[in-house]
Amino acid sequence: MGHHSNWPEWLYVGVIIALMVWVGAEAWNVERLVEHVPADAEVIIVTAQQWFWSFEHEDGTKEIGTLHVEAGKAYKFEIISKDVNHSFNIHDYVVLMDAVPGRVNTVWFAPDKAGEHDIQCREYCGLLHYNMRGKLIVEEPSR
Amino acid sequence: MTLELQKPRPIWQIMFSTHHTDIGLLYLILSIAFLFLGGVLALIIRAELFFPGPQIIADSMTFNRIFTVHGTTLIFLFILPSASAVGNYFVPIMIRYKDMAYPKLNAIAFWMIPPGGALVWLGFADFTWYATPPYSIISAPGPAADMWIFGLKILGISSVLGAINFIVTIMKCKHPDMSMGQIPLLAWSFLVSSMIIVVAIPTFAAALLMLLTDRLGVSGFFNPAMGGDPIAYQHLFWFTFHPEVYVLVIPAIGMMYEIIPRFSRKPIFSKSSGIFAFVLLAVVSFSSWAHHMYASGMSFTEKTVFMVGTLAAVPASGMHVFNFIATMWNGRIKFLTPMMWSIGGIALFFSAGAGGVANAAMPLDFTTHDTYWVVGHFHLFVMGTIAFGTIGFIYYMFPYVTGRMYNETMGKVHFILSFIGAILVFFTQHMLGLLGMPRRIFDYPEIPSWIIGNQIASVGAMIIGVSMVIFLYNLIYSSAKGKPADIHDPFGLGGTYYYPFEAKTPHHN
Ligand code: HEM
Ligand SMILES: [Cu+2]
Ligand SMILES: [Cu+2]
Repeated sequence: MGHHSNWPEWLYVGVIIALMVWVGAEAWNVERLVEHVPADAEVIIVTAQQWFWSFEHEDGTKEIGTLHVEAGKAYKFEIISKDVNHSFNIHDYVVLMDAVPGRVNTVWFAPDKAGEHDIQCREYCGLLHYNMRGKLIVEEPSR
Repeated sequence: MTLELQKPRPIWQIMFSTHHTDIGLLYLILSIAFLFLGGVLALIIRAELFFPGPQIIADSMTFNRIFTVHGTTLIFLFILPSASAVGNYFVPIMIRYKDMAYPKLNAIAFWMIPPGGALVWLGFADFTWYATPPYSIISAPGPAADMWIFGLKILGISSVLGAINFIVTIMKCKHPDMSMGQIPLLAWSFLVSSMIIVVAIPTFAAALLMLLTDRLGVSGFFNPAMGGDPIAYQHLFWFTFHPEVYVLVIPAIGMMYEIIPRFSRKPIFSKSSGIFAFVLLAVVSFSSWAHHMYASGMSFTEKTVFMVGTLAAVPASGMHVFNFIATMWNGRIKFLTPMMWSIGGIALFFSAGAGGVANAAMPLDFTTHDTYWVVGHFHLFVMGTIAFGTIGFIYYMFPYVTGRMYNETMGKVHFILSFIGAILVFFTQHMLGLLGMPRRIFDYPEIPSWIIGNQIASVGAMIIGVSMVIFLYNLIYSSAKGKPADIHDPFGLGGTYYYPFEAKTPHHN
């Protein structure tokens, strides 16, 4: 051991470190931007319970299973749970946040165009976890 | 080296023995048995998911129990004991001592595993291998959940006892002429992984007790209804189990460090960088546990800290890959079964690590977390790297254990099928994750891309299943009827600068 020169290994480790610094910096920057909630975001309270989702809009309207929103607006979800942990997920919009009893977790999104998307639970929550699904309906802007 | 199966002995003599190779053999048999039991559960899961809609399992609760016991079994009853098997056989020999430091403790640590395993299997709990509260407190049906908790408690203590034994054996019993730097990397891997165990496991041991008293209703540590905090459990759990993943992988890398140079007929490229990378991995493994909790509501700062901690582990993992490739470079490689498993394992290790980096980058993790991507990610490690390294090593030690050779053709077919199968299952699971399929689901909606992905994954799993039947047949048939091995050089590698196996029986007279 030790007779051969080790510079290829140092070079290789240097490249990995450089790559990791780059990945980390990019991730830090993107996450920082993504987490910045617009001031005019409308609040929707999302309640998770075994095994369905319910929603309450700012104006007091309540919905179960299906959530209606408008394209072009920003929404902030305040996610709570009535029993065990769940995870609120709209995969198409990379919305993912755990619903933890005793806590209010927030995440926001701004749907850009009208359409229908799946809502699902991504944290194991028991018997019907696999079927804890809902629908997101993004409607054309009203004005 | 004791040739257990060549010199038949009554079974009770092995069972009540405290000799390290006997305990090693017990560990080996137990771990292989649980590899197959856990594997059957995996095949049931994959069969169920072949089509949307219920197939062979009547209800989701049974399905949930199956994947819980599958994960628990393969981590605690296959990977850990199979590493202990190898460590028991080789660590004392490599540090030139007659046995483990505490032979009786060694036997006790082994004999705690069957009752621990029995509790897990007889209970068949459903709360996933991480038993997260409050589900595990208020919702998971007992007595299964309580049996799992006690089972894991026993398995954890066994793990700590085994680890203490390895640490003392290596640090205190090594031959006085041997410096730490002369200890082979395989023995180093046991030293390092044992140290991680001793530091990491107590946290989970405490969490398990708190979980139990919470379930009994006498405390509310993790129960929000009693003012507790379920997130605290996740921290305690992952503080143990992120380092634990390195406990699982480091011995497998140690096994590759034994096989790669021997079958490349070249010394290891840089032993000191191997040691350095092991120690570095052990240290940084404690800096990243909450990368499993990005979506639990952590602040931006917390997430950043754990992302940096996670990325810090990558160079050390990369150094091992470099070391393997540089060792093989210009070597006279002999592609026998153990070598093929090692090389396959390294390839999958590399791809698994690349996927891990994506998980670590916080914004990407919100796409992958708790989807099939994560299932694919860690299976590339636990199956693709650890089981591959270990199975290769089982072939490698087969002649030393039995005095006979396994069937080389069957060994190669086993590898090729498993490698193809692993790529089909685990790469496809990454894709399914990107398509949004959550993990731990009994059934899924009829989304065409999900159906195709699940079918590819299930076919891959069946291919692995077939290959494992070949493995089992090879093991049983060859240990009884295989060609007698040339015990001085069973693989015909020649050379004298390799580890002298004749010197492995200093106590045998
Ligand atoms: C390059 C090194 C690695 C990186 C960067 C990495 C990164 C990650 C990250 C960020 C997660 C969380 C993913 C999520 O849940 O969203 C994760 C999960 C996991 N990793 Fe790794 N990992 C690495 C190495 C390993 C190794 C060596 C093992 C095992 C031997 C391993 C086993 C696991 C397991 C078991 C899980 C998921 C556990 C679960 O949720 O059930 N990882 N990894
Ligand atoms: Cu759920
Ligand atoms: Cu981790």
